[in-house]
Amino acid sequence: MSQLPGYAWIARIFAQKNITFERVRGVNWGRKAVISIPFFWLGVFFFIPFLVVFKISLSESDIAIPPYTALLDWDASDAYATLKLYLGNFTYLLEDTFYLDAYLSSIKIAAVSTVITLIIGFPMAYLIARSESRKRMFLLAMVILPFWTSFLLRVYAWMALLKKNGVVNEVMMSLGMIDEPIRMLQTDFAVYIGIVYTYLPFMILPLYSVLEKLDVTLLEAAEDLGCRPIQTFFMVTVPLALPGIIAGCLLVFIPVVGEYVIPALLGGSDTLMIGRVLWDEFSLNRNWPMASAVAIVMLVVLVLPIMLVRNRVGNKEA
Amino acid sequence: MTTAEKSTQTEKKFNPLTAPEPDLWRDPDARPFVVFDGITKKFDDFTAVDNISLNIYKRELFCLLGGSGSGKSTLLRMLAGFEQPTSGRILIDGVDMAGIPPWNRPVNMMFQSYALFPHLNVEKNVGFGLRREGMAEEDVKRRVAEILDMVQMGHLAKRRPHQLSGGQRQRVALARSLVKRPKLLLLDEPLGALDKKLREETQFELMNIQEELGVTFIVVTHDQEEAMTLSTRIGVMNHGEIVQVGEPHDIYEYPNSRFVAQFIGSVNLLEGQVVEDEPDFVSIESAEAGGILHVNHGISCAPNQTVHVALRPEKILISREKPQQAENCLQGVIEEIAYMGSLSVFRVRLPGGKEIRVTQPNYARDMGARFTWQDQVYLYWEIDSSVVLSV
Repeated sequence: MSQLPGYAWIARIFAQKNITFERVRGVNWGRKAVISIPFFWLGVFFFIPFLVVFKISLSESDIAIPPYTALLDWDASDAYATLKLYLGNFTYLLEDTFYLDAYLSSIKIAAVSTVITLIIGFPMAYLIARSESRKRMFLLAMVILPFWTSFLLRVYAWMALLKKNGVVNEVMMSLGMIDEPIRMLQTDFAVYIGIVYTYLPFMILPLYSVLEKLDVTLLEAAEDLGCRPIQTFFMVTVPLALPGIIAGCLLVFIPVVGEYVIPALLGGSDTLMIGRVLWDEFSLNRNWPMASAVAIVMLVVLVLPIMLVRNRVGNKEA
Repeated sequence: MTTAEKSTQTEKKFNPLTAPEPDLWRDPDARPFVVFDGITKKFDDFTAVDNISLNIYKRELFCLLGGSGSGKSTLLRMLAGFEQPTSGRILIDGVDMAGIPPWNRPVNMMFQSYALFPHLNVEKNVGFGLRREGMAEEDVKRRVAEILDMVQMGHLAKRRPHQLSGGQRQRVALARSLVKRPKLLLLDEPLGALDKKLREETQFELMNIQEELGVTFIVVTHDQEEAMTLSTRIGVMNHGEIVQVGEPHDIYEYPNSRFVAQFIGSVNLLEGQVVEDEPDFVSIESAEAGGILHVNHGISCAPNQTVHVALRPEKILISREKPQQAENCLQGVIEEIAYMGSLSVFRVRLPGGKEIRVTQPNYARDMGARFTWQDQVYLYWEIDSSVVLSV
């Protein structure tokens, strides 16, 4: 592995955890090559940029190009190199409650929309998994179909639907359900609609894949042993679908916490989400170090709970 | 029925000391426990079960025997409540089951795939039904421990299903279906996934459990050997109909049709025409066999009707010398011999061209050497060894 130093540390972690990619005897180079491609990709386009962002977060904002101070000072006269780590960005995150509010509000919005997508997605996934195979293919295609149009375009479509003289208001007025247009756009309501609409397929697909494998005789066995359908659902279906539920929730929750486009286009000025804060910090305030610190903390906030969940699930399996 | 009476009856049912009741199915006045009354089940155009009427009595171990697609599993699933009959009535202990969902039926089922919950360990799987009833936790624990000891699985109570062997899973599934003490236990191919040796062990275990607990068993199987050893009575099914119901002995010795004769055990069928038809005696001229066959029971048929004489291989005797005073005796040539240890199988060609299968127990060491290929032999059998079948 020495010739591929970019991911040598990953290989070391695998070695520590006793995960090997070698089969029978000798080194399987073909297998290594296949695995190294995604690792290489992640290393170059995720891990190295992450280190750069981390580096910027430890510097001070400056009016210069680039707009932050250097970490390493090189004084040629006396050959001193000084490393200056500025932690003020991180302490400021704690001092100004605005950031804390933004984090909490993001997590709240992500959590609520995850629950809503789960509640809507589960019956849909269940129905698709239980329908006959030809119909199932059609329904699955319907779930995936929105991906064929640009995400941005679909969010703009929601703007057209929800705005003051938009389709929804017009229809409700013409039906006499309301007298004057309701303000929907630029509210949290619109943000939730946008998020749930956009992320629903990410919930349905993993749920479908576990529910499709669910053995129907297990449900019959539960009924035979005295379970009503609702009890069967919670005692058998849900525990067996748990891996899909966890996967779906992570697939929705994680990107929604950092979501920028939906709150920016559908939300109002009071919709506080960390993605928007980050963008404003970066482009309006031109405070790159602060924006970097916000990004680093967001990553930590997301990664820790995921690791906890993964460990718990992993332990249960063992 | 008063509550007191009911409870004493329940106790009686589970008392292992209670002597088994006499064979209720032989008593024409006995009240049947399970009644199928003109049951038909159609799936779209396909008729899975066709107008079946059948009575099953308390403490029976009734086998529904048939090939795949014969409707036996559908019948069982209707009893459990997973399918609704298209027409007809099902009564269990006198109660019409129409509209009663599976979770309210006094019935438990052991599934062919065992259907153990993969996310629960053995103890939780077995206790599942009791906990749903809201039984107190210590009672659940005690009942589960009892039943697990009975099926000799007590030491594996903490294992998950995927950590068990096929035989162990089968025991857990049995324990889970018995623990609620159902009035009626349904078993769908209970021994299907086991190897031959385990099957035999479990068969006897099932019979012991059935005698001990006094539960009525209905077993679905395609394995005639399993049906023969297990059951008090067998119902042979074909194309959604029950073609014969009877005790294993009756089904084997007196099949009522060529289908039943061939489905259960092996049989030689000799085609012929009735030449003499008395109330207790029939003579059949068979060109295939090259002779006249005599059977000591009458049939109702037209003269010269084509019928079949069914003759089990083990009922035929074989010798080199012409036997004295044999009512049924045919001559033939040995075509093939298979030595199987405890018995030898001969294929003997009759003058009419028909091949007949004969099995002989090897009651002496040199039995296998007494006959050889192309030997001229005589086959003979008692007058009451064969059956005439008109269908």
